[in-house]
Amino acid sequence: MRQRSLVILTSVLTTGALTLTACGSRDDSGDKSGDSGSGTTLTIGVDAPLSGENSTTGLGIQYGAQIAVDDANKNNWVPGVKFKLKALDDKAQPATGQSNATNLVGDKTVVGAVGPLNSGVAQTMQQVFASANMVQISPANTAPELTQGKNWQTDKKRPFKTYFRTATTDELQGSFAAGYAYNGLKKKKAFVVDDKQTYGAGLAKIFNEQFKKLGGQVVATDHVNTGDKDFGSLVTKIKNSGADLLYYGGQYDESALITKQLKDAGVKIPLFGGDGMYASTYIEAAGKASEGDLVTAIGVPADTLPAAKQFIQTYKDKGYKGDYGAYGAYAYDATTAIIKAVKAAADANGGKLPSDINDLRTKVVDGVQKSDFEGLTGKISFDQYGDTTNKQLTVYQVEKGAWKDVETGTADLQ
Amino acid sequence: MNTLPQQLANGLLLGSMYGLIAIGYTMVYGIVQLINFAHGEIFMTGAFGALTVYFYILPDGTSMALAVPLMLLGGALVAILIAVGAERFAYRPLRGAPRLAPLITAIGLSLALQEVVRNFYPGADRARAFPGLDATHDIGSITIKDADIFLILAAVICMAALAFFVRRSRTGRAMQATAQDPDTAQLMGIDTNRIIVIAFAIGGFFAAVAAVAYGLKYGNVDYRMGFLMGLKAFTAAVLGGIGNIYGAMLGGVVLGIAETLASAYIDEIPGMQQLGGQSWANVWAFCLLILVLLFRPQGLLGERVADRA
Repeated sequence: MRQRSLVILTSVLTTGALTLTACGSRDDSGDKSGDSGSGTTLTIGVDAPLSGENSTTGLGIQYGAQIAVDDANKNNWVPGVKFKLKALDDKAQPATGQSNATNLVGDKTVVGAVGPLNSGVAQTMQQVFASANMVQISPANTAPELTQGKNWQTDKKRPFKTYFRTATTDELQGSFAAGYAYNGLKKKKAFVVDDKQTYGAGLAKIFNEQFKKLGGQVVATDHVNTGDKDFGSLVTKIKNSGADLLYYGGQYDESALITKQLKDAGVKIPLFGGDGMYASTYIEAAGKASEGDLVTAIGVPADTLPAAKQFIQTYKDKGYKGDYGAYGAYAYDATTAIIKAVKAAADANGGKLPSDINDLRTKVVDGVQKSDFEGLTGKISFDQYGDTTNKQLTVYQVEKGAWKDVETGTADLQ
Repeated sequence: MNTLPQQLANGLLLGSMYGLIAIGYTMVYGIVQLINFAHGEIFMTGAFGALTVYFYILPDGTSMALAVPLMLLGGALVAILIAVGAERFAYRPLRGAPRLAPLITAIGLSLALQEVVRNFYPGADRARAFPGLDATHDIGSITIKDADIFLILAAVICMAALAFFVRRSRTGRAMQATAQDPDTAQLMGIDTNRIIVIAFAIGGFFAAVAAVAYGLKYGNVDYRMGFLMGLKAFTAAVLGGIGNIYGAMLGGVVLGIAETLASAYIDEIPGMQQLGGQSWANVWAFCLLILVLLFRPQGLLGERVADRA
């Protein structure tokens, strides 16, 4: 009898313990080298998932920022100032993101931060940066409420004046996807699935509304858990629903499995997702099943940007891991915006940096707000909410095992 | 279209996989009363063992008919080696220690194995493609693929072989004796250390079979795959009655079917729309576990060794 209660007790305890272990911490993999010795060295923080889930795109952000920093140092953009990168891994977990933000704010050489990848992580970081008056530019966050407040649909109000992004919002992305699905693909019956995260659920909701507004039918909706592997039950429901398109709001970790299991069950309908799925890992993980699947992604394809040629070449030459395709160029532009703001602060101060770091941070926030330059991805400037004014989006489709851009356009709301 | 047969098949397949892994928990618990929480990771290393055979040992273009048995062999070798190694170096030194010590060790081992694979296996920091058996067959209104057939056949054969082994063979009877009372068994001339090693090895083998089936079915494996599967398999073992090998299989199948049916049909019940769908499958599965434990604390088939202590 003692043992029976022991089994129950241990099962309860260890379930809890195992859940907690999923949130453990890991040492910074920050780059502590690169101090040239002469002049001032300023640090630009990077926060992104550098291991585990989403790390392919996360590493693209880290190295995109790295190239921007190297370019600034090489070309001596800010005379007398060297920049270095401090990259922290948030493992796509909000709590880790928050502690990374605290770490960056506490480091008195950090002038601004680039990241994170996940909108859910950004939510926990915004307040930390706002309190320290330090600029944060995300190359990838797309949840509308980050810049436009909780009631963004009715009453737009900017919650944090230190938060900016070079990615456009899900509001535009979701409606761009709905427009392409209805008018471009001529799909009329969509099955909408999301992963319940800030990003995925928001995107799926907007797609759902916009698709119906256009005259399409949403036959059913469902939600999955991140980390799920078996979608047999969901696949059978989709098969039975008669949908001709599956829209998925979430990351590639789950959607690659869903599309594979869907096609294996003989349901030959495309899966359409957002920029969270736009990575080569999706195709590697799903194999042939990914053929014909679609995503919307922010901006125009990096490979077609004339200004990004040099960037891509450098990325490849250095043998950087990860995938620059999704956000690498956006991370580059975000980093450049911070560096240019530092330069503006120095110029306004007679060519010298303000000696007080808090003063410098405040001036950098103002400088970023006033950004106006040609970046790799187009013109970089921010509106009154901190959103990019560059609202271009592109639909990509898997063709012969690679993402291929099929349509680029500017999103507008129906 | 009536989806019930297909959903039952989905559940049965998922449940067979849970059951195969649950055998490892239940065998070890039955004999040494240890909940080996590293078992999910043993399952994971089995998958990577099989992957190694396919990608790094076999020449490209080997037919799957030849590759699958060899992958099973490679996966089983790795999983058994790690299971037996864990017993020898992590659990045996703690045999006389309080119960919590080996339990914590198991959790530590589980994290260590995950990190070792993540850091040292090429490309294992994200999902790695695994060769699939994707040809599909329609049987009535059910669509299944070759990997599913492999899984169900493997589960049935392994289970039958295990039942025969435990009941009929000398070693099997020695296992039953050790489970009942290790001290007396030792007095009767049974080498209990050897029996414990065999229990871990069998668990490892079953986990490897499940791992190969997992890879063939889902088409990719990653270093975290053992966590949730291990947790579910442990649930299945408790559901069926931990310590009881038939219970583990039954618990797995019941859990798999319950999860599948819950995610398929609960949202069709009026008023339950919010509580249905894939994302609630785990909630219903654990509700089932709580209910079973409330009314039948010994599990569906009962613990074989409950009368000890």
